[in-house]
Amino acid sequence: MKSNELLKIANLSTGFRIKDSFYNAVDGVSLTLKKNEVLAIVGESGCGKSTLATSIMGLYDPHNTRVKGDILFQDKNLAALSDEEMNEIRGGQISIIFQDPLSALNPLMRIGEQIEEGLLYHTKLSKAERKNRALELLEQVGIRQPERIIRQFPHQLSGGMRQRVIIAIAVSCKPKIIIADEPTTALDVTIQAQILDLLIELQAETEAGIILITHDLGVVAEMADRVAVMYAGEIIEEAEVEELFSNPKHPYTRSLFHSIPQLNSNSDRLNVIKGIVPSLVNLPRSGCRFSSRIPWISAEAHEKNPQLHEVAPGHFVRCTCYRNFNLRGKRGGRNYELYTNK
Amino acid sequence: MWKTIVRRFLIMIPQLFVLSVIIFVLAKFMPGDPFTGLITPQTDPARIAELQEKAGLHDPVHIQYLRWMGNAFQGDFGLSYTYKRDVAALIGERAMNTFWLSLLSVILLYAIAIPLGILAGRYQNSRLDKAIVLYSFITYAIPTFVLALVFLFLFGYQLEWFPTKGSVEIGYEPGTLRYFWNKFYHILLPAITYAILGTTGIIQYLRSEIIDAKAMDYVRTARSKGIPMRKVYSKHIFRNSLLPIAAFLGFTITGLLGGSIFIETIFGYPGMGQLFVSSISSRDYSVITALVMLFGFLALLGSLLSDIIMSIVDPRIRIE
Repeated sequence: MKSNELLKIANLSTGFRIKDSFYNAVDGVSLTLKKNEVLAIVGESGCGKSTLATSIMGLYDPHNTRVKGDILFQDKNLAALSDEEMNEIRGGQISIIFQDPLSALNPLMRIGEQIEEGLLYHTKLSKAERKNRALELLEQVGIRQPERIIRQFPHQLSGGMRQRVIIAIAVSCKPKIIIADEPTTALDVTIQAQILDLLIELQAETEAGIILITHDLGVVAEMADRVAVMYAGEIIEEAEVEELFSNPKHPYTRSLFHSIPQLNSNSDRLNVIKGIVPSLVNLPRSGCRFSSRIPWISAEAHEKNPQLHEVAPGHFVRCTCYRNFNLRGKRGGRNYELYTNK
Repeated sequence: MWKTIVRRFLIMIPQLFVLSVIIFVLAKFMPGDPFTGLITPQTDPARIAELQEKAGLHDPVHIQYLRWMGNAFQGDFGLSYTYKRDVAALIGERAMNTFWLSLLSVILLYAIAIPLGILAGRYQNSRLDKAIVLYSFITYAIPTFVLALVFLFLFGYQLEWFPTKGSVEIGYEPGTLRYFWNKFYHILLPAITYAILGTTGIIQYLRSEIIDAKAMDYVRTARSKGIPMRKVYSKHIFRNSLLPIAAFLGFTITGLLGGSIFIETIFGYPGMGQLFVSSISSRDYSVITALVMLFGFLALLGSLLSDIIMSIVDPRIRIE
């Protein structure tokens, strides 16, 4: 690993057991997170982005899940560590912020105790010091009256405050990497902006690398340095954020951008990409995985075994179908359009 | 909270009143009276009528009811017709017997069921889990009286490990260590029987609660803090899984005085359950009514206790 690289994922596959066979939800993903970088992973529901996050954290039950490939962090391969060894890393070196703050805190435990719990296992702080650190963290994430809050239970706090508490837990041991798995999805819009600002602020202070998992391209534009777009378990495009937004290549990425509602258009309908992500069991494991949703593109336009191609420095696209792709097209006497208005 | 408790007690008054009327009417509807069993072909009907008159059974029903309630408020539930003793004292004595038996039963019950429930939930779908679930279904399917009779026959009569009836042997001085030990010896077999049969509910509840809790987001949060699995179980999963058990605790506590009819009858243990059955078969009104009133009161108290316990263990529940 190079000195500026924090985390290097190489050919990672995570498969779930369904009736005695394993089906990969993450299929051969390679990614690198650099120091002080915000890497966004974008994709629609079911594309494997949360599975990727959970695999990095090693939170899967080995009986029903199979993780293959390498997750290199410092001098260790996280994918090969035991659960006990991972406990040293989890919460201490790498931490995660989950999507739903309403259910992510233990309802029977006081806020203070839940923040201090991580400190107990990753630091040598005394009881009093842990309490002070918890107060300090709450203040840092913008919670007023922390002395009162640490004695409260989760149900006494609002959703936004609970997400702040979860962020406080995540940054409590000064991790090198923070994985934020849709941190704002469950929150209302005004709170979303505050939480994102808070994350940016904390990153500036701690210089942690952030893996931001989201399906909100607005959030990506605001926060990310680099973006990886996932579809059906694979990364189909990866680029710096400005490059991706100004010059999206892959049909899927372009479709995503076209799905963003435009304020200045008169259309009262939203653009929705036709079809759904194929289920794990039905997913074709060879060929371009997006081909079923763009049937007007001829089979020759796709690669047999789609690879990532570097189309500009640092800009990678999978498959060759991007080269002559249009949002609508004709094939075999039928007219096709990417979007449905239903 | 105190306000709520007082209010709940006040609500109990009309509830108990309705209960008392129902009990009284039902008791009156039962065929026969305390003297029915005394009648032989030689008995003079005039003598029976005289006894009935003396016992106030010829008075109008509402007068009888008011007399009963008036006395009950002064702690006087009348005289047992069969035992010729003060009902309050009789029940008090039986209640103590039942209390010790039930206490041991419940302690054994929790001692068996909680570890089994936890193991089954933690190691879901393992052989251990399957064995525990099988055990819990078997004990659920066995009627109390069958296992009680089998145990009594096997351990009481064949192997002679345990006494077969009573609560204490005659000739022991109350208050001595030997007396207590002998009492304990008498309640051990019935308590074991009860505990073995009662485990199903707790095992199944705990098992499914633990399985549910394992998949909860807060458990994932705890895991992502890097806490050892053992601690995740003890601090996060178990505490949340025990909530439904705690919800029954109030009823369990007041139920300690209720006694088990089958167990007490089969093991010849002089407790509340046995008293209840014998008082019904001998039409001992004053005992029946007093017992049912007591059971009703205990049920109401149990629900209040359960609510209080829940509000203590679950911060989301506050009684205002």
